[in-house]
Amino acid sequence: MTFVDAGPFDAIPRRGARVLRARGRTIALFRTTDDRVYALEDRCPHKGGPLSQGIVHGHCVTCPLHEWVIDLESGEATGPDEGATARFAVHIEDGRILVAVEPVSAAEDAAPEDAKQPVASGIAASADAPPTRITRA
Amino acid sequence: MSTKLKVTGIDVFSAGDFNGDEGSDALTFHDAGRGVYKKLVVRDDRIRGAVLCGDTIDGPWYFQLMRDGTNIADIRDQLLFGPAHIGDSGTAGADAVTALPDHAEICGCNGITKGRIVAAITEKKLFTLDEVRAHTKASSSCGSCTGLVEQLLANTLGGDYSESPSVKPMCPCTVHTHDEVRKAIREYALKSIPDVMRFLEWKTEDGCHKCRPALNFYLLCAWPGEYRDDKQSRFINERAHGNIQRDGTYSVVPRIWGGVTTPKELRAIADVAEKYRVPTVKITGGQRIDLLGVKKEDLPRIWRDLAAAGFVSGHAYGKALRTVKTCVGKEWCRFGTQDSTGLGIRLERMAWGSWHPHKVKLAVSGCPRNCAEATIKDFGVVCVESGYEIHVGGNGGMKVRATDFLCKVPTADEVLEYCGAFLQLYREEARYLERTAPWIERVGLTYVKQRIVDDDAGRRALYARFLESQRHAQIDPWAERAAGKDADEFEPLDATLLRDGEPA
Repeated sequence: MTFVDAGPFDAIPRRGARVLRARGRTIALFRTTDDRVYALEDRCPHKGGPLSQGIVHGHCVTCPLHEWVIDLESGEATGPDEGATARFAVHIEDGRILVAVEPVSAAEDAAPEDAKQPVASGIAASADAPPTRITRA
Repeated sequence: MSTKLKVTGIDVFSAGDFNGDEGSDALTFHDAGRGVYKKLVVRDDRIRGAVLCGDTIDGPWYFQLMRDGTNIADIRDQLLFGPAHIGDSGTAGADAVTALPDHAEICGCNGITKGRIVAAITEKKLFTLDEVRAHTKASSSCGSCTGLVEQLLANTLGGDYSESPSVKPMCPCTVHTHDEVRKAIREYALKSIPDVMRFLEWKTEDGCHKCRPALNFYLLCAWPGEYRDDKQSRFINERAHGNIQRDGTYSVVPRIWGGVTTPKELRAIADVAEKYRVPTVKITGGQRIDLLGVKKEDLPRIWRDLAAAGFVSGHAYGKALRTVKTCVGKEWCRFGTQDSTGLGIRLERMAWGSWHPHKVKLAVSGCPRNCAEATIKDFGVVCVESGYEIHVGGNGGMKVRATDFLCKVPTADEVLEYCGAFLQLYREEARYLERTAPWIERVGLTYVKQRIVDDDAGRRALYARFLESQRHAQIDPWAERAAGKDADEFEPLDATLLRDGEPA
């Protein structure tokens, strides 16, 4: 699996998002109130709206174009809306954001829970380095 | 609760307290020849009940007015004749929906037909407006078909239709209404979004896309100069200070005071358009120039170039003062009675930068021919020889509404005072995302007149609060960002390849 270093954890504002361009894709990195980081393709499953521009609340983001609410954990639309956007594995290591450049595949999705662990998105930042201690390089 | 019956072939509609009591008035209409009888029970300028026989088409409209507690003082003289005689305003579009064929489009924003809505209601067992919105998207965009959708629900479900309560919570994160939240912010001096959520026991940790922008505005309005704006609680347009377009690019509209510009300014806009390869340049309905298709990364650079030519943000993207449209007025027009352009520029200089519950548009026309279309603006001025007529509460939006005449004042200085006071009253009392038109229909023109026209001291106090708020609001957001503020909003992250040899 190919990872890129997307910069320091605190480059993403809390309840905000940043984008990253890799291999022709735009990946949106979200940081929630509880300092978890998620990576989704920056395309709403509805009409391709840039999810990175939405309002982040709980573990969801609301697409700025037509207010679809996307679950950051699964990449799936919530409520009666149907559709999903691609997820990317993301880790925080020594205060740096490491993002896989290829999305989590359907096969990996179907794998048992323990096998999924290393690629699951939404790794808590505190697991590796408490965000409060990180300062911008 | 409202009921629609067919009693021996006669349509009957009844709602609320249709008997009335000592404190109420009964408005009646009786046409024995046509077999039509209508009775409305009114107390304290509100409809308390209704009975309609023979002609029940306006039943849903009366019911809506009753449920919303709408002040009907200003439409009382025409009330019995139904919404058709009052104009488009205030009608929830709730008539004749039964007669429509299944292929009739109900929601124009999302292209949803009557047939699809009815099918969704029956097949998915939907009982509320919110459920219909979630499953079909009907009424979920501009909302102008809400009355029709509610009517379809009522017709399809009959007695099972659960009316949405007339006073709704702000959003599913709270049990409190907009008005209760605002009152708590003032009375308990709540100064931040987390404070409000803690104090009012929000059900979610950090709200949602509906409540957070509303709370941010209420706090900004309550504590000018003190509250620190939470940009993550603003819709993207107000965070990026441009209008997001369907392809994710942004539009840039520089402020052109009163719509008056110069060759030098036009040249600067043309230079920017060429330098950044702006795909579309368009004149807007509000007499400004729109640069469409700008990449987000380019925004701060475009703004820097525009600032160098003297431009500030036009706020075409915000729940804010948008434009002041003017005609050429006395200076050029043979019919002009006053300097409408000059007054428009003064109004725009006073009001630019102010945040509101919804967008706000102004206009000044130099004579009653009204070329600036002041009578479909939130605050419009029509100049006459003897002074200035002030009109409020209009819009040309999804439900066109002509303004109500507020008053006439003799001087331009007074126009500024009345304008500032009116805008401040709207800021302080309207609900988030409620434009001046529905706000005025809800509280009644009489109330607005009391506050702005009859109460001189109150008006001056409102005006003073508006000016105080403007001291903190009139900071050009474009210049700030061109100078580096919120740089992370506009720049993508740099990725460095980490693990293997493939290029990222």
